[in-house]
Amino acid sequence: MNAERLKALALPVGLLIVLELWARSVDIHSDALAPPSAVLLALFNAFGDGSILSATRDTLASAFAGLVVGGAIGLFLGIALGIFQPLDRLMEVTIESLRPIPSIALLPIALIALGFGYRMEIVIVAFACVWPILILSRAAVRSIEPRLIEVSRALRLSPGDRIRKIIIPAALPRIFLAFRLAAGIALIVAVTVEIAINPIGLGAGIMIAQQALRPDLMLAYLLWIGLIGYALNAGLLAAQQHLFGPAALAGEVR
Amino acid sequence: MNWALTLWRLASFAVAAGLIALWQLIANLKLVSPVFLPGPDRAWAALIRGFSNGTLLDKTIGTLEHMFYGWLVASVVGIALGAMIGSSKAMRSYVAPSLEFLRPLPVSAIIPVAIALFGLTQGMALFVIAFGAIWPMLLATIHGFGAVEPRLYEVARSLHMSRLAVIFKIALLSASPDIISGMRLSLTVSLILAVVCEILAGLDGLGHWVLLSARAFRSPDLFAGVILLGVIGYVTALAMSMVEARLLRWRTSGH
Repeated sequence: MNAERLKALALPVGLLIVLELWARSVDIHSDALAPPSAVLLALFNAFGDGSILSATRDTLASAFAGLVVGGAIGLFLGIALGIFQPLDRLMEVTIESLRPIPSIALLPIALIALGFGYRMEIVIVAFACVWPILILSRAAVRSIEPRLIEVSRALRLSPGDRIRKIIIPAALPRIFLAFRLAAGIALIVAVTVEIAINPIGLGAGIMIAQQALRPDLMLAYLLWIGLIGYALNAGLLAAQQHLFGPAALAGEVR
Repeated sequence: MNWALTLWRLASFAVAAGLIALWQLIANLKLVSPVFLPGPDRAWAALIRGFSNGTLLDKTIGTLEHMFYGWLVASVVGIALGAMIGSSKAMRSYVAPSLEFLRPLPVSAIIPVAIALFGLTQGMALFVIAFGAIWPMLLATIHGFGAVEPRLYEVARSLHMSRLAVIFKIALLSASPDIISGMRLSLTVSLILAVVCEILAGLDGLGHWVLLSARAFRSPDLFAGVILLGVIGYVTALAMSMVEARLLRWRTSGH
């Protein structure tokens, strides 16, 4: 176990040392590369003046708001389409023709309708999050053990109770999985929108660092964005295993 | 049974048509300012006009080219690297964890670095798209190589097959379902990154076209561009799943 961990660390640590030594020995003046120590220093400074923290707050707030809005729409539609088969068949062409639109393509529309800022970013993130949650929660509702539905019928549960007491709990592990995937997408889309056009958040921060010819700061932002992505993924994965245990793995689509 | 399916399909189209009619109604009644929301008639007219004078066709081809070249480079490099890493146990334990660490990185964050390295050029777009599209294929190949039935390796050993022959004749084939689903995922990624790169670098393509249309408040052109991007997404995904079904026919027939 420990040996495996050392092996895993060997490559990144080795690369960092080589990069540091090389950068020190040739004294690079590059717009794109900086010695790792300078990157770390830039990261600390950015933490010190708070700029990276407020950028992180902007990005995460937009990503989270978009995830909540898109997730709610996707979940509602997914459960509705999963329960009522005829509705699902009727909506098929509409959904399949909206789904392939790349979320980033909505950027110009959101830009002229809403202008720069949180709102347009939230709308685009929400659009991107609707589809995975819709598809996965629809599949989750459909794969519920039919006997559970029979039980709810035998108990004469009202439709509202049936959804609240039987369908949502039974589909919850897979719905959580859908939210985990969508959270990753939300972060990616938020950063992408910021890099492409929106002047707030981490994406704008990294673009400004690039345009100011500060490779150290730019790479510090890149490192920080990577860490956030990793932490988000690892945290949600741990939460999934903690909350649902083996049930979560049963829902894993591979 | 088949009739019922066709009827449902027709009803489904009717619902979509109804929604488009609703869109037309909203646009006609000017419930939303026509600056933001052109009716489907105007978007359609813009689409026809764009294709008849050739601009939209050029832009579409531009986007398809960016997307396809990046995806091609990513496929070749991703599968080759994946085969290299996946076929050796040492490489797997040294390299794979770093790759797993890099995977959740929002790939668009590499764009500023690519701009600093290459400038606002086609090369930058190629690098970014290839970098973004490589992950699903690379990880799928590594995973697929790791999941090869061990007895197949024993067979290869007893047949005295060389390492290259093992890779090409056994591991790649047995990993192909994983690899192809990775390739399909990458296709979506490369379309998104192509649009982003065109927006940022002003490269000739639909991404740049929709941004220019938005800046000039030519909303019918903008919607025409977005519709075309949706069509590209749909058609490429469809083509990929057809290729998948054809290439993997041996799997279903074998069982």
